[in-house]
Amino acid sequence: MSAPVLALEGFTRRFGGLVALDQLDMTVGEGEIVGLIGPNGSGKTTCFNVLTGIYEASAGRARFLGRDITNLPAQAVYEAGIARTFQRSRLCLPLSIVDNIMLGNHKRLAHGLWFNLFRRAAFARQYEQAFGEARELVRVFDAPLAERMFEAVGTLPMIDRRRIEICRALVSRPRLLLLDEPSAGMTEEETRELMDDILEVRGRIAGLTIVIIEHEMGVIERVTERCVVLNFGKKISEGSYREVAADRQVQEAYLGVE
Amino acid sequence: MSAPLWPGALAAGLVTALAIAFMWAENEWEVMAILVTAAVGTVLARRTGWLAPATRAFTERESAMNRLAILGLVVFVAFFHDDHFPLLMVGTVLVYFLVCLGLTIQFGYAGMVNFAAAAFLGVGCYTAAVLTAHTAIPHLVVLAIGGAVAALIGSILILPVLRTRGHYSAVVTIAFVLLFKTFLEVNDTLGGPQGLKLPSMQVLGWKFNQNFSVAGIEFSFYVSYVLVALALVVVAFALTRRLERSWIGLSLDAVRLDDTAAACFGVHIARWKIVAFTLGNFMAGVAGALYALMLGFIAPTNFTFGDSLIMVSIILLGGIGNPWGAALAAAIVVVLPEKLQLIQEYRFLLYAALVILVLLYRPEGLLPRRLRVYLPGWKPR
Repeated sequence: MSAPVLALEGFTRRFGGLVALDQLDMTVGEGEIVGLIGPNGSGKTTCFNVLTGIYEASAGRARFLGRDITNLPAQAVYEAGIARTFQRSRLCLPLSIVDNIMLGNHKRLAHGLWFNLFRRAAFARQYEQAFGEARELVRVFDAPLAERMFEAVGTLPMIDRRRIEICRALVSRPRLLLLDEPSAGMTEEETRELMDDILEVRGRIAGLTIVIIEHEMGVIERVTERCVVLNFGKKISEGSYREVAADRQVQEAYLGVE
Repeated sequence: MSAPLWPGALAAGLVTALAIAFMWAENEWEVMAILVTAAVGTVLARRTGWLAPATRAFTERESAMNRLAILGLVVFVAFFHDDHFPLLMVGTVLVYFLVCLGLTIQFGYAGMVNFAAAAFLGVGCYTAAVLTAHTAIPHLVVLAIGGAVAALIGSILILPVLRTRGHYSAVVTIAFVLLFKTFLEVNDTLGGPQGLKLPSMQVLGWKFNQNFSVAGIEFSFYVSYVLVALALVVVAFALTRRLERSWIGLSLDAVRLDDTAAACFGVHIARWKIVAFTLGNFMAGVAGALYALMLGFIAPTNFTFGDSLIMVSIILLGGIGNPWGAALAAAIVVVLPEKLQLIQEYRFLLYAALVILVLLYRPEGLLPRRLRVYLPGWKPR
């Protein structure tokens, strides 16, 4: 394994008396797909939220590509090259597909007032280029969807919304993609399709590393190379899917057997 | 090429004719009849599908339609060229429209409900009154300073506004508008409850407050004010449109719709709220400075919470985030009570009822906002 893209040391988050994330140590190597699993309320999403600057860490450190990113604001984490999706799809429903994807492209677009208001020719060039890239990306996921770039996201079915959300996260070419339960609200068939697409995109973006939270064990088995299992905020197991699935502690956590 | 222009031109012509007839009408029954004709005509045109080609002209031949709209207004002004009252109405509508363009940026794009629009209009008014009385600053510059002072005073508010989330920022602005009026009433240097008088506006030696004649035709002095107001509105409209059709417009929308997701994609929430708030207040201030010069007299009663409510209701009525909606609604809200004296007394009651009806049956307003088109007329290859 090469030098880690992401390294968490003693990563902790407390909410009052509740320790949602307890001393998590975890490393993710370049190009890896790591599954973050565990029962409901075990701290998976909290881990993402602390990592991306939505919550502050109560203790511990996070290093990304060798750089300390603990408690950086959400904007800085994104600038550093970490993009994410959300458990409950957080697209801007009244906006078009282009709008939503361009939102994820924020760091590669010029945001000066002068540029946006008065240099319209330069803006048009930037727009055309960014639009072309965004459409290429959508095409990887679903070709017909790429022809509907100017439609409001709110009119799309769940699977298309997920696709758009993942495109939004990928368009800025992040080094690390955090997927928070991409299968939520979708059928098995749709989930399989989406996973194929994600794997295909990973093949195209060199060095893309993925951490995926998922309840659908079929997905985890298929796409991840390694899993980290959380229970009550603590890491209880780590290894390949087969290894963790055979782990007694993991079985107890999921099934509650004595 | 794209859609034919003539249905749009026809629609613009009809609206202009209707507006002229409406202004021309003497008694209330005529006014009512014209209103009913307009409403029924619009509904029928929609049902029969005749409206669709006009709508297409408005979206696909946009710059031509913008020019036609200006032309329509010029025809209106030319028709009433020596009649003070309709011109004062047009001037007032344009001033309100300018304020509402500012509100469109604040409320429609960034989602910051500002109930202090009348106060920022008032700041512009009083700035103009003080500057024209005590300094020799050219009046066009006074307009800009009016905007700058409003933006500056807005920056005092920005701190509490940023610290509150969602609609709580509205409460901060309500506090400000109440405070502002009280401050004016007790402040003797600013004329107290009696208010202040302003001199005639003057640009390059041209005195606005006298009628003038061109080629033997007598023009009302209000024509000068209307033309200045129109110029300001055109500039502000173009800026608002460009702002919406840029990455900034997208960021503002993201701030309004989901600030957590926006932050996770690098959008600096506070920065864009400050930009939107300042820009909006600047427009309100400029509008105020012109309004004060046009009226020649201002008093604290013009800048109450009620006036702010009217401005917000213009946005709700017209369609949140659509500048054309704000134009239509501003015209309705300003002119209707003046022509229908019988509803004058019940003005606020009627607005309240109207806003509730709109929210119930057409929650997106009379002219709902469209999806963003970054480059009008552009099609992907």
